[in-house]
Amino acid sequence: MDGTAPGGPALNGAESTTPPAPAASSGMPAMHGLAGLLLLADSRLPAGGHAHSGGAEEACRTGAISGPEDLARFLRGRLATAGRVAAALAWSACAAAHAPKFPDIDPDIESPTDSAPTADAGAAWRLLDAEADARIASPAQRLASRTQGRLLIRTARRIWPAPVLTGLARALPDGAHHPIALGAAAHAAGCTPEQAAMAAAYTSVTGAATAAVRLLGLDPVTVHHVLAGLPYDSVIAEQHDWSALPAHAAPALDLLAEQHLRTEVRLFVS
Amino acid sequence: MKKALVRARAVLRTGLDDRGLTRIETMRSDPPLTLRQTAPGEIHLVSTGAGPLGGDHFRLDVEVAEGTSLTVRSIASTLVLPGAGRSLMEIHVSVASGAALVFSPEPTVLAAGCDHAMTTTVDLADDAELFWREEIVFGRHGEQPGRCHSRFDATVGGRPLLRQEFVVGDPAIDGSPAVFGTARCVGSTLIAAPRSHGTSPAETGVAEPKSEPREAEVAEGVAVLPLAGPGTLVSALAGDAVELRRRLSWGEGRVLP
Repeated sequence: MDGTAPGGPALNGAESTTPPAPAASSGMPAMHGLAGLLLLADSRLPAGGHAHSGGAEEACRTGAISGPEDLARFLRGRLATAGRVAAALAWSACAAAHAPKFPDIDPDIESPTDSAPTADAGAAWRLLDAEADARIASPAQRLASRTQGRLLIRTARRIWPAPVLTGLARALPDGAHHPIALGAAAHAAGCTPEQAAMAAAYTSVTGAATAAVRLLGLDPVTVHHVLAGLPYDSVIAEQHDWSALPAHAAPALDLLAEQHLRTEVRLFVS
Repeated sequence: MKKALVRARAVLRTGLDDRGLTRIETMRSDPPLTLRQTAPGEIHLVSTGAGPLGGDHFRLDVEVAEGTSLTVRSIASTLVLPGAGRSLMEIHVSVASGAALVFSPEPTVLAAGCDHAMTTTVDLADDAELFWREEIVFGRHGEQPGRCHSRFDATVGGRPLLRQEFVVGDPAIDGSPAVFGTARCVGSTLIAAPRSHGTSPAETGVAEPKSEPREAEVAEGVAVLPLAGPGTLVSALAGDAVELRRRLSWGEGRVLP
């Protein structure tokens, strides 16, 4: 009833007539997509990610994080909730960009202006974006996510020009949610959905970790030891039905995000 | 060791009588999940037995018909106990056009050693109204809770409004300052009402939002979060059930006059 088509809908726009790309995570050489993955996950990617702490700044300010042990618990919880959801959305976006067929769009959701594939693809992007919206209760977090998504698409379109990124930017002019932008950019960069999900899981904690190092003057090696020990694989799973994607909530992150917006002195945007 | 597993199913359906008032069309239930009508358009869930215990499977289906209004409460909190396997509480709800539902049972308390799953789906018509409160308490006083995984999915006119899962009893999540922090309970209230102001709400207490779009608000342990879709979520964490209810009530009061 959610108008969600099982299986990844294609969002390639004009590319849709080309032969289907190989299935998501199979049949590709081991090195395939790795360079794209490294570039996307690198904090030096000029897409504005460094400006966001993922709630860590407010958690440091209120004393919820005061040392490496608290930070480790914060990051594990963040990965298991927001990270899991981001990974699933990124997987879905990347798979949608790969897949050869279009979904049946619920006419209530997208009034059919014409039947061109690009219109269908736009509706599909908006549907996935609505699934992301429904999983982010905090307006402050939705705003941070869209801001980062918009910047990432702007950057990725210049690094890996692809019709799928143009289509996404056109479908969601205010910015797609960050994991969706990341999934689409990963496709453009030659990554598999699994790699897109890994990039989303990884970036869901690295920004917060770096922010805490800077704010609390923690030992960066200790913090990287924590990052190295996090169970990224445990939050990555193959996704099909968009309405059934993981939706793990983190009420403390919601509170931190809203408090952060109301805090006068801030180093980070979120 | 073998235990008789309990399967209980309850069905609740409203309709309009000749005078255009809500009446209960269907009310079926199996012990220990029992429904009692306590007022016109108001039903209480009465637990006539312990549990759920591990392995039990309860299901409640609620259909609020067009133009009707229904309130569902419970007499007491639900104490989830361990047993043979996982217990499941499944709730499926549809609220039709012009209908209103208030669902505010007492909290679910996760006793030590329990393994519980809760699944809720709420399908709202475009102009349906909803007040849905859910409270989970992590163990009785001084008790470490067992495990719980809840999932709540609400749609409006088929579009996703709110999807959220809570996991309790996972070492990655328990005690994380990102998820529940030091709280001993978590609660949320979803208040959904059509964006367009039209007919006045029925006699359910679900009132029109004050104004829209609204700003988020935040206070100690509680946030009022306008959703992307037509609804607001009040989300709270607290040290005990009394504090949790107080925080949620504050947030609910910010949304409803």
